[in-house]
Amino acid sequence: MRLLKSLALASAASVVAIAGAAIAQDKQPLTIVSWGGAYSMSQQKAYSEPYTAKTGIKILNEDKSNEALAGVRSQVEAGQVTWDIVDMLQSDAQRACEEGLLQKINPDEWLAPAPDGTPASQDFIEGTLGECFIPQILYATLFAYDTRDFPNGGPQTIADIWDVQKFPGTRALENIPQKNLEWALIADGVPAEEVYTVLATEEGQDRAFKKLDELKPNIIWWTQGAQPPQLLADGEAAIATAYNGRIFSAQVDEKQPFKIMWDRQMFEVDGWTIPAGVKNEAGVKDYIFFATDTQRLADQSKYIAYAPARKSSIPLVGKHEATGEEMLPHMPTQEDNFKTAVRFDTDFWATYGDALEERWNAWVNS
Amino acid sequence: MTDTAMSGPASFADAGRVRDPSAAPLTTADGLPLKAALRRSQRRLRLQAVLLVLPLLLFIFVTFAIPIAMMMSRSVQNPEVSEFPPETAAVIDDWDGEGLPGEEVFAAMARDLATGQENNTVGRVTARINREIPGARGFMLGTAREAATLQPPYKEAMLAANKGWGNERYWRLLKRETRSITPAYYLLALDYEYDSNGAIVKRPANYQVYQPLFLRTAWMSLVITGLTILLGYPVAYLLASLPLRTSNLLMILVLLPFWTSLLVRTSAWIVLLQQQGVINDLLVFSGLLGDGSRLRMIYNQTGTIVAMTHVLLPFMILPLYSVMKTISPSYMRAARSLGASNFRAFVTVYLPMTIPGIAAGTLLVFILAVGYYITPALVGGDSGIFISNLIAENMRGTGAQVRLAAALSTLLLVGVLLFYWLFNKIVGVDRLKFG
Repeated sequence: MRLLKSLALASAASVVAIAGAAIAQDKQPLTIVSWGGAYSMSQQKAYSEPYTAKTGIKILNEDKSNEALAGVRSQVEAGQVTWDIVDMLQSDAQRACEEGLLQKINPDEWLAPAPDGTPASQDFIEGTLGECFIPQILYATLFAYDTRDFPNGGPQTIADIWDVQKFPGTRALENIPQKNLEWALIADGVPAEEVYTVLATEEGQDRAFKKLDELKPNIIWWTQGAQPPQLLADGEAAIATAYNGRIFSAQVDEKQPFKIMWDRQMFEVDGWTIPAGVKNEAGVKDYIFFATDTQRLADQSKYIAYAPARKSSIPLVGKHEATGEEMLPHMPTQEDNFKTAVRFDTDFWATYGDALEERWNAWVNS
Repeated sequence: MTDTAMSGPASFADAGRVRDPSAAPLTTADGLPLKAALRRSQRRLRLQAVLLVLPLLLFIFVTFAIPIAMMMSRSVQNPEVSEFPPETAAVIDDWDGEGLPGEEVFAAMARDLATGQENNTVGRVTARINREIPGARGFMLGTAREAATLQPPYKEAMLAANKGWGNERYWRLLKRETRSITPAYYLLALDYEYDSNGAIVKRPANYQVYQPLFLRTAWMSLVITGLTILLGYPVAYLLASLPLRTSNLLMILVLLPFWTSLLVRTSAWIVLLQQQGVINDLLVFSGLLGDGSRLRMIYNQTGTIVAMTHVLLPFMILPLYSVMKTISPSYMRAARSLGASNFRAFVTVYLPMTIPGIAAGTLLVFILAVGYYITPALVGGDSGIFISNLIAENMRGTGAQVRLAAALSTLLLVGVLLFYWLFNKIVGVDRLKFG
């Protein structure tokens, strides 16, 4: 089925390519791989539709980002690259880049400077640009709670999350070590900037797991991003970790009385990558230059509650297209929200992830 | 069908022989000896039969046998070390494995890192090594970036660049993993590992996860199978003994959930069992429970057992029903007329006759349960998940994790085959009756 579909796409692409080559080389359509759903829609509205309107170049969308790493690996290794641009998580992009599956990108050559002339390499939020990776949006994983469970005010800090006397109720956490171990160390008094150095040591790992032991009787686990708002709404949990976009939908679209605790939100980015050996490099470059400029990134936040990865886009963030809600207060990068934010360290997890995931599974199942 | 098709001409030939054994062989109308004609027509029949099942055989081969074989071969593949630092792999065999290797090995590694950096392939071997020595990725990638500028003697230069290169365990691992086939993933799947001397040891207690999970999967599946027998047997009995009109209605009640999506049924159990759910609400409303002491019946083992028992119940009821339907009520009547009590008649007459149904149901339910994935993932929380949940999790990861997943799946497959073999020994598969 998938094979047939990609064969069909490939042959369609090549027919168009042959026909197009006769007229103009640069009118080839681009195949863009992303996550599908509301997220792809926001990209199409903010990037692709204006791009097609401007240049006449068609964009073919594929919803395959959840198998992006495997897909790029097989295409590059077979020398048959049919995807032009692939949306990936930063951690996957890093892995693929180290395996030589992605094109390296010099940001100042490939990307537009900010309107005030700041070069692109300075304009993206620190630590988000990768060797082979251009971030588009920044999303946060954070604690949110149901205000009905806390009539006298909900938790304000990570330490409060661990205080089950003052803030009783079940906590719903994602069943992975990532972020939970960081928060456990912060709750145990480790300064945020030292979290990853501490977590790299055996003692630090013991300390994080010990801190989580304290909370374990009050935890239920979730595995899919849609679960935490549901668990809060059902009253199964009073506090839950969640992606900020999911809580936004619950608050704004479903009018749920949820509140986000922005303290120590952990943010990471999602963005574009280009498979090594892509055929239409000039076309790809042109699209990327257009789609990652300051205005385009700001436009995307009209359709989804994730923050643009460029600092210069923040002042241009406007209103939610569907509800007219002012988007800035919902952005993880809004000044007050971002004050104590912790950057999720993909490099750390690439190194220690295997071992910590196993220890995590053993701990959760014990 | 085949019996009559073959016995017809065969008995005719026999009859011919009996009539006159010494006479010339019988021939068909067009002069062929009867025996040859028979053989030919039988060959044609057999060929037709093979051609008819050929599509199915091909289908099974392509979609089932090949993927399973590929999955199994993936679980022992180990190409990273032999392919990506090829020069190191070639010379490290001569190193005796004591202390640190000599300059020759370090020099080869420096050249491999430089090539790897140029071709962007360092990441492939670092991911493999880092799997067993967390942190190896860091110093390998770090030194690879500077590999082109390294000067001999390489041993000193690399040790100066990062003290990670002085880890003897790292070099021993490299030496061991130059083979293109490794049992490492099977060791891991059983919670064993190589220690720093290369001996196979049990992993530290706080890393042991797969073996307990295999055991949990097996015993929870047994509990679920037992529950489906307890709940399904009376229902199947009713289905088989009630008048047709009532039993049809009952049958629809059994089949209706069977036709409903697994996800819908599992979600329905979430609605029923959760702490703010229907059952807890009723208990609180009736005063049996205080509002503060609501029961936790989901996101744990109870949740998995309840939901899976319900989901798998039809697989027990249907084979039981098909067996019970064939048991004539006159057997029970005969037993009672000979003086047996109801209970005695049931235990000595009825129950033994239903064993083929129980056995078929047990086989179906247990094997399905052992590989279950969606229901435990949704309602299992932490203590109620199965081994397949961790297989799925590893399947989405790095190359090494995918191989671990392949090893875990192979072990699960072997476990199921063992169960089937044991089952065959004890019950006998030829006695099964699926309906």
